[in-house]
Amino acid sequence: MLRQISGSIAVAEAIALCRPEVVPCYPITPQTHIVEHISTLVKSGQLKNCSYENVESEFASMSFCIGASAAGSRTYTATASQGLLFMMEAVYNASGLSLPIVMTLGNRSIGAPINIWNDHSDAMSVRDAGWIQLFVESNQQALDVHIQAFKLAEALSLPVMVNMDGFILTHAITRVDMPTQEQVDQFLPAFVARQKLDTDAPLSIGAMVGPDAFTEVRYLAHHKQKEALAVIEQQAAEFHEIFGRDSGGLIKSYFAEHSEIVFVAMGSVIGTMLELIEELRTEGHSVGILSLRSFRPFPANAICNALGNAKQAIIFEKSFAVGMGGVLASEIHMATAGNDLKISSVIGGLGGRTITKKSLGKIVECAMHGELDKEVFLDLEGTTVVKELRRQQEGQSSGPVAENILRDMGVVSASKTL
Amino acid sequence: MSKEETSTLNPSSRQTVKFYQTGTFTVGNRLLDEEFRTVQATTERSNSLDSGHRACQGCGQALGARYALDAAMRATDNKIIAANATGCLEVFTTPYPETAWSIPWVHSLFGNVAAVASGIAAALKSKGDSTTRVIAQGGDGGTTDIGFGCLSGMFDRNDDVLYICYDNGGYMNTGVQRSSATPAAARTATTMPVGDNPGSSFNTGKYLPTIAMAHEIPYVATASVHDLHDLERKVEKAMTFRGARYIHINVPCPLGWGSQPAFTIKLSRMGVECGLVPLFEAENGQLTDSTKIRYRIPVEEYLKLQRRFAHVLKPHNTHQLDAIRAIAENNIKRFNLL
Repeated sequence: MLRQISGSIAVAEAIALCRPEVVPCYPITPQTHIVEHISTLVKSGQLKNCSYENVESEFASMSFCIGASAAGSRTYTATASQGLLFMMEAVYNASGLSLPIVMTLGNRSIGAPINIWNDHSDAMSVRDAGWIQLFVESNQQALDVHIQAFKLAEALSLPVMVNMDGFILTHAITRVDMPTQEQVDQFLPAFVARQKLDTDAPLSIGAMVGPDAFTEVRYLAHHKQKEALAVIEQQAAEFHEIFGRDSGGLIKSYFAEHSEIVFVAMGSVIGTMLELIEELRTEGHSVGILSLRSFRPFPANAICNALGNAKQAIIFEKSFAVGMGGVLASEIHMATAGNDLKISSVIGGLGGRTITKKSLGKIVECAMHGELDKEVFLDLEGTTVVKELRRQQEGQSSGPVAENILRDMGVVSASKTL
Repeated sequence: MSKEETSTLNPSSRQTVKFYQTGTFTVGNRLLDEEFRTVQATTERSNSLDSGHRACQGCGQALGARYALDAAMRATDNKIIAANATGCLEVFTTPYPETAWSIPWVHSLFGNVAAVASGIAAALKSKGDSTTRVIAQGGDGGTTDIGFGCLSGMFDRNDDVLYICYDNGGYMNTGVQRSSATPAAARTATTMPVGDNPGSSFNTGKYLPTIAMAHEIPYVATASVHDLHDLERKVEKAMTFRGARYIHINVPCPLGWGSQPAFTIKLSRMGVECGLVPLFEAENGQLTDSTKIRYRIPVEEYLKLQRRFAHVLKPHNTHQLDAIRAIAENNIKRFNLL
């Protein structure tokens, strides 16, 4: 059924269609609308046989999920940003214990300075945590991929994190096609746990493992993620068959295989890029996009193939490893080693800064003239940065960086009383 | 054996072999009616925590956990799932592929056992399983410090979980560091007996049973491993309630306390008899009962069997001894122990 609703409500209703049994949560912007809506669905009796719990922190939320999942329940929660960092220890634990928990990450930056707007710093902070990490471009995909996420998690007994851009998707009201309960039931079988706390068949779960077997246990986690590469594709095809839509999968190519210059990116920025390249292509330019829908497992072969004919790849990321640079760029470097491919890393959209078609257009223009640097910070206010650096050189007590920069930009008054 | 050697009033610092117990209040099973006997005497004992584990000799926690879990099993027709915080109990009962647990058991992290147990209870609830019950267990560090947030949340939501804290007064698993349950003046690796105020500082720390009471949860109790009948009774009673319950068990630790392994039961009893370890029960935030001290002993009798308090008994530290006496005195008044 077609509905005009926000991304968060769409996801909440999709979750409800998946019949979760336990949903603990803790509020954090911008994911809160999802769990608010689920709480209402449970309290009103629309979502039956589900325990919804308001817990006292994100750490408790993920720990609650761990207990519920280990007891054999289909378990869901959502978080973002600082919330993810606060639950970090339990995030690693959930994947270490191979528990098929599904979590939405309403992608948001990480402070300090505190910032509630969208980027991918939160998702990238857990890139080594052993979770499957999927990214979505639109609210329809967000809805669809959550349904696939449960099936994927339970098939592999691995936790799955669905990344949807905070505000840009979570708060955007768009048209979505809401599937029926029958469709979801047909696609998603009842949950059968690989390991379960059961008084009739007692197990010890989560005991210590020493050097004798730790390597093998960790290798198997890696191996399972590699297995997921095939399962993700297979389930996306199955989804297409039942729901009639292309959603999910490892990558999505928009003319990538036949273009000289290819953007590589994840999430909602693909929408802006598509508008740009449609214009550029009508003008006769050879520009494409490779959308990475699965970040973990990292589909290195699929990426390498999709970029097989490209001359230049522009890796666009909404986060970066401070002191190193673009994480995705370095991973694409590795995946395409041996290809005759020039790779540039573009970092943009940090802390919610708007990524305009115009700015992306300039990047492509530079690339066409062979003038794109290896590392670019999109729309970086260079003069402001230089000013602050000078100030720091002039005196040790130059004060809070963020405040200084905002003063220089004229965003705040020069007065000390804000 | 002379009376002096066996008297709890004059405990010997040397280990003596005893063939029968005199001068103590231990009640052997054989002296009790069958219905009052501890589960030790039954062939149907569930042995939730089985033999073969790696606990130290004289471990109070192993004893407490064994009796608590078996009592809970007896009270629920063997329908218990246990979640465990990181710590001694987790370490000595497992490393894979071995396990001393014959019940479904899960260990996740150090600071989250209450939330994990709450999650299990929520799963049981949504599956409509009201017969299987959940126990969370941790040491004092995992309970009063790192796991405190999750525990308070569990109390707040009144989740159907019995939380058992085995309090040995410090982080014994990591090498005897101070926790917020470490008694005043006690020597730990991070509160060494040096300087003007040797050992753990006075006027610090927190007492979780009263904090649990402040949450007005259905049932709170304290117990100690010398009186296993009392411990079992309290666990069984806890299982008659629904909602969040908390039992705080005093478990001597020979390693951390610097005591003889054979003195674990004796120290457990002496802690209670000197007033430093109050035993009581509370329902919905109200104190309902406390165990009276039968023969009160001076605190120094209790302290002198533990190397962690050796400095307290030195002549220049009488101010510390006086302060500990005041703590015992306060407990006696507060919990009506005489």
